[in-house]
Amino acid sequence: MSAEYSIETEGLGRTYRLRENKKKKDQPRELVALTGVNLQVQRGELFGLLGPNGAGKTTLIKILTTLLGPSTGWAKVAGYDVHRETVKVRPLINMVSGGESSGYGLLTVRENLWMFSQFYGMQSVEAYKYIDQLLAEFGLADRANTKSSDLSTGLRQKMNIIRGFMTGPEVLFLDEPTLGLDVGASRDVRSFVRRWINENPRRTLLLTTHTMVEADELCDRVAIINRGRVLACDTPAALKHELQQEAIFNLDVSAQNGLEAAAFEALPGVRKVQLTPLDGHSQLQFILAEESVLSAVVNTLTQRDVTILNLTKREPTLEDVFVTLVGRSMAEEEKVGSNGNGH
Amino acid sequence: MNLRSFRTAAWLGWKIESNWTDPFLFAVYSIVKPLSGAAILVVMYSVITNGNFTDPLFPYIYLGNAFYMYVGAVMTGVSWAIIDDREHYRTLKYMYVAPIRIPLYLIGRAVARFLTGSFSVFITIVFGVLFLHVPINLAEVNWLLFIISLLMGVVLLALMGLTLAGVTLLLARHGDYLGDAVAGGLYLFSGAVFPLDVLPAWLRPLGYAMPITYWLELLRRSLVGSVAQAFPSLSAMSNGQLLAILAGMIVLAAVIAVITFRWCDYQARERGYIDRTTNY
Ligand SMILES: Nc1ncnc2c1ncn2[C@@H]1O[C@H](COP(=O)(O)OP(=O)(O)OP(=O)(O)O)[C@@H](O)[C@H]1O
Ligand SMILES: [Mg+2]
Repeated sequence: MSAEYSIETEGLGRTYRLRENKKKKDQPRELVALTGVNLQVQRGELFGLLGPNGAGKTTLIKILTTLLGPSTGWAKVAGYDVHRETVKVRPLINMVSGGESSGYGLLTVRENLWMFSQFYGMQSVEAYKYIDQLLAEFGLADRANTKSSDLSTGLRQKMNIIRGFMTGPEVLFLDEPTLGLDVGASRDVRSFVRRWINENPRRTLLLTTHTMVEADELCDRVAIINRGRVLACDTPAALKHELQQEAIFNLDVSAQNGLEAAAFEALPGVRKVQLTPLDGHSQLQFILAEESVLSAVVNTLTQRDVTILNLTKREPTLEDVFVTLVGRSMAEEEKVGSNGNGH
Repeated sequence: MNLRSFRTAAWLGWKIESNWTDPFLFAVYSIVKPLSGAAILVVMYSVITNGNFTDPLFPYIYLGNAFYMYVGAVMTGVSWAIIDDREHYRTLKYMYVAPIRIPLYLIGRAVARFLTGSFSVFITIVFGVLFLHVPINLAEVNWLLFIISLLMGVVLLALMGLTLAGVTLLLARHGDYLGDAVAGGLYLFSGAVFPLDVLPAWLRPLGYAMPITYWLELLRRSLVGSVAQAFPSLSAMSNGQLLAILAGMIVLAAVIAVITFRWCDYQARERGYIDRTTNY
């Protein structure tokens, strides 16, 4: 089987039917969670889906892992249609969701993992060997014989992540693998992910995240997804390169009542302004069409008797890419999204 | 691969079933629970018939009730795994992503319940023979008929459990009561507690349509030959006829189970119910 792509989707969409709420008749009956998604992920790629809460990341993963039927379009994983050829897809994949504690609490960590290895037809001896190796790598070796109900949520998540890698999938799906993990554990997971993909060129890994750094530093390619649409898809460097011509400045200014982002957005050449009130002062972030626009910004600040405490020019981040694509930061988008779920 | 996942599912089922901190308590519970159920029945019977334990009705009821424990154990054992994995352990989606046959997995999960159920049935019958004069004579037991009937019944109940499991997949709330509701409903019309003759004529067809009716009759006949003759509703039928009817109904149950489970499974994926949890 020589599939061209590990993961391929075309016109993929998913609409959820919402249960009727008798009190609010005017509420929409359907929610478009995903629409017109075209993706091509090559074998050997570490592919990231970056988007705010409710963007449709989990929905996409569920479709790709045969758990959910698409409403429109199709998707193939490892060369097989995920909807019609589930039996062929399943032996080749695995999936882990972060931020939840699943597993059989009454079994030990090792038993939980061994059990799943059996469902993938692994020989017990080899499975145990691999399990012990992975437990050591994830710093769980001393908890191998602990009942998993006695583990903290984070450690349970590590166990769950091991379950995903353990079965030797060709294509692995990680839904927010570092959600809820502390800094050290997240770092361990990220470096393991990177090593796992580098080890064997046949492997493909798709992960979702809403942390910029994770997408930026870890992934070969990133699709930025918002409200069910893929807005951009490229290497982190290429995505940021789009913004290279533009100038991005951080300004710390003295606190000033009545300072509004809108006042600056009216200036010609100002793409996007974000105002964050901090302790005793405010931070302004500007994306400017070019550097020369900065003088107009400074003028406006001086006219208003605002003191500039600090001014730095910085490299664009994926956050800036998101802001230019959507017009809002991810955090703002999540706030808007939760008030009535968009659309 | 299929065998291995079935075995593993059975292992998991056993771990869950025997998850008692104290094995002694587990044993006591396994004995006390079925006996207390039987005791209620015996007391009721005794009150209604003025303690007439020599009537063939008594072994009829006692054995029917004892074997009916399998219905709850095996049938709901299969469907319960859906609720348990989805709501409690949150692993159903991982089972679905794994390359296993879910029906086989579910049936594997019920093996432990079958074993503990068998133990309960055994204890109940032994108690009946020793203390309540249930007339089982080991020399007269038709063992072949007993074993064949028992196996057929287990297959039947597993298939019914699978049908139930399919429906459970589509039910978010109250899925947990479905198994008990079905088992309870069938109890009245399957000749477990009273012969079909006792039912009003218009309800009898319901009893005749239940495969469990024939199964229980076969088990009773294999253990206590004389019971069969006492009640007219099924006595006209030979063992062979009963077996043939039961076999036919098992085939029908298999067709229903496969169609229902496939359809529900498809619908559950269409609607996104595989990993849906109810937040009570
Ligand atoms: N079963 C469902 N029924 C109805 N709506 C749903 C269902 N599952 C998800 N949604 C909605 O679909 C949209 C996309 O959800 P999804 O879980 O895919 O987002 P996400 O990107 O994974 O978000 P998060 O970062 O919060 O995990 C959301 O608006 C969500 O409320
Ligand atoms: Mg999600």
